[in-house]
Amino acid sequence: MTSRDVILGRIREALRGYPAAGAVPRDYRGSDDEPADMDLLAGRLADYRAHVHRTATIGIAATIARILGDGRVVVAPPGLPLAWLPSRVEVLIDDGLPDERIAAADAVVTAAAVAVAETGTIVLDASADQGRRVLSLLPDLHVCVLRPEQVVPRVPQAIARLDPRRPLTWISGPSATSDIELNRVEGVHGPRNLHVIIAEDGS
Amino acid sequence: MTRTFLGMPATAPRGVGHLREGEPFPAAARRALGDPQLRRNLGHATTTIRAKSGRVIGELPDWQQLRDAGSALKADTMARLPELLEQLESAVTAAGGTVHWAADATEANRIVTGLVRATGEQRVTKVKSMATQEIGLNEALAAAGIEPVETDLAELIVQLGADRPSHILVPAIHRNRAEIREIFLRAMPGVDPALSDEPAALAGAARAYLRETFLRTKVAVSGANFAVAETGTLAVVESEGNGRMCLTLPETLITVMGIEKVVPSWRDLEVFLQLLPRASTGERMNPYTSMWTGVTPGDGPQQVHLVLLDNGRSAVLADEVGRQALHCIRCSACLNVCPVYERTGGHAYGSVYPGPIGAVLSPQLTGVADNASLPYASSLCGACFDACPVKIDIPSILVHLRGRAPHPRAEAAAMAAAAYVMDRPRLYAAAQRAARLGRLTGRRGRGLPPPLSGWAASRDVPEPPPATFREWWARR
Repeated sequence: MTSRDVILGRIREALRGYPAAGAVPRDYRGSDDEPADMDLLAGRLADYRAHVHRTATIGIAATIARILGDGRVVVAPPGLPLAWLPSRVEVLIDDGLPDERIAAADAVVTAAAVAVAETGTIVLDASADQGRRVLSLLPDLHVCVLRPEQVVPRVPQAIARLDPRRPLTWISGPSATSDIELNRVEGVHGPRNLHVIIAEDGS
Repeated sequence: MTRTFLGMPATAPRGVGHLREGEPFPAAARRALGDPQLRRNLGHATTTIRAKSGRVIGELPDWQQLRDAGSALKADTMARLPELLEQLESAVTAAGGTVHWAADATEANRIVTGLVRATGEQRVTKVKSMATQEIGLNEALAAAGIEPVETDLAELIVQLGADRPSHILVPAIHRNRAEIREIFLRAMPGVDPALSDEPAALAGAARAYLRETFLRTKVAVSGANFAVAETGTLAVVESEGNGRMCLTLPETLITVMGIEKVVPSWRDLEVFLQLLPRASTGERMNPYTSMWTGVTPGDGPQQVHLVLLDNGRSAVLADEVGRQALHCIRCSACLNVCPVYERTGGHAYGSVYPGPIGAVLSPQLTGVADNASLPYASSLCGACFDACPVKIDIPSILVHLRGRAPHPRAEAAAMAAAAYVMDRPRLYAAAQRAARLGRLTGRRGRGLPPPLSGWAASRDVPEPPPATFREWWARR
């Protein structure tokens, strides 16, 4: 008898006479199609110490250049629009870069899959313009570019849009901890600086 | 001697893990109450978190509807647990992961140790996990010559301080910033001697200390907050990014998860991802949540294992009142609102699961006899029930478990006698006069002779007043 059989046998025994499960009430605000509030997103991002930049699509490159400054080493996923990257930085396109090189870079620039306005959350799904999970983890500065159609009002709409088969990273502000006297302090292991660019007029 | 059918629900075995009280709660609590620094730290932290949590919960107009959904989802999960676990196993396997089943702590430790040994590595990084604390995995790994490195800031504080965790969410809640600074200066290799006690500086020290370890360690061990049966997706909810490091950088990832953590469908996460952060750290959303489904070629660990742990959970499931303790999503809201926890801290509960949820979960996982004082570690005020995001009726379970705790035969006799006396006013008045003799039994009944001493060990017998109300009234 395997442990699998033992455990499943125990559970079946424990469940004898267990009342059949009723329907799950889903009276909470669901995933209706409703427009997302960009001001709410910007406010909630800023509330958790992310830096928010709102610009027209044409201004993305200039905004990134201003955030990064000159002479920095920047990691980029292979599918990131090259036009976004300023000329006065050294760009490392990820083609399987070793972790040490990613960790030594000053910054990373990615797109995103979805953003949740109510919680101030961006979600990366490792598509070509976001790259492997490690890219947005090791550099101390993460610049993330959002298009307005990627922003949803609440968590249920984000779940409905995301593909669980992809590796997903939900990010709400820079790395933080509540472990010292239960107060939120920014900056532990993940990027200590998170800049979110909201490109207002679509792509 | 009775022969046990292998398929009977079983409690967690003795001699392994951290589920049992070392001494009865009242004794441990009494000592904790004498530590004013501990009480100040706890009072400050729980007051902070209650305010934060209340604020963000107040922002949601549908909080009660989310609680109802969460509660019903958990009940539905338990009703279908065998099929959901089988579904989870096939989904994880189809996505390239390997699923292991561990009937108890000993077997789980053996599986994980064996998996690490097979890689040839001698160090693992760890993401904070209640399940691995419960089974004493760190001790088992160390005994096998494997060094476990806790990477969550609070776990690191506990590990460096050779301390014990005292809170589900914030294991070092009993330490303030000055104490944390002292622990780092004493035990963290290479720390800057000029380290200040600013929380940001302390967090920075942990960042610098662990960075190399993250980059060089090839095996990680994690828990899981949720596992989606439908898709095989596992989720870890965290703050610091240490979880992301452990879930992304190593070649091998081993996740140990209690069987009750499974949720039926992907969509169900829309409920729990709204409930957990607001009830837990009091944030609209925690900084990082990672979700992975088996192996993603070229991204993250290429060897992915999932260990499904029973260790007494089937025994909890067999109790029709107590089984809802398995609905717990480990948010720790019940700890933060509990007047008993706020004063005694987590160590007094003995088990890794402290506070109100620990008082109902630990005795059920081990069998009530092994944690007999915990069902009494509550004033039954009900604040935990109100705070619970999945509406676990903790007070009712406490009362239920008190009935199952061992009671001296003298107690039943005494109760029957009391009922008889209370029915007869004359006898009652005489008894009240006699009760003044109770002053001879010592403070709070501690001087009572056996078997009543056992009964009084977890109860305070009020000291009888010099005159009863009836006597006072008669004199007016």
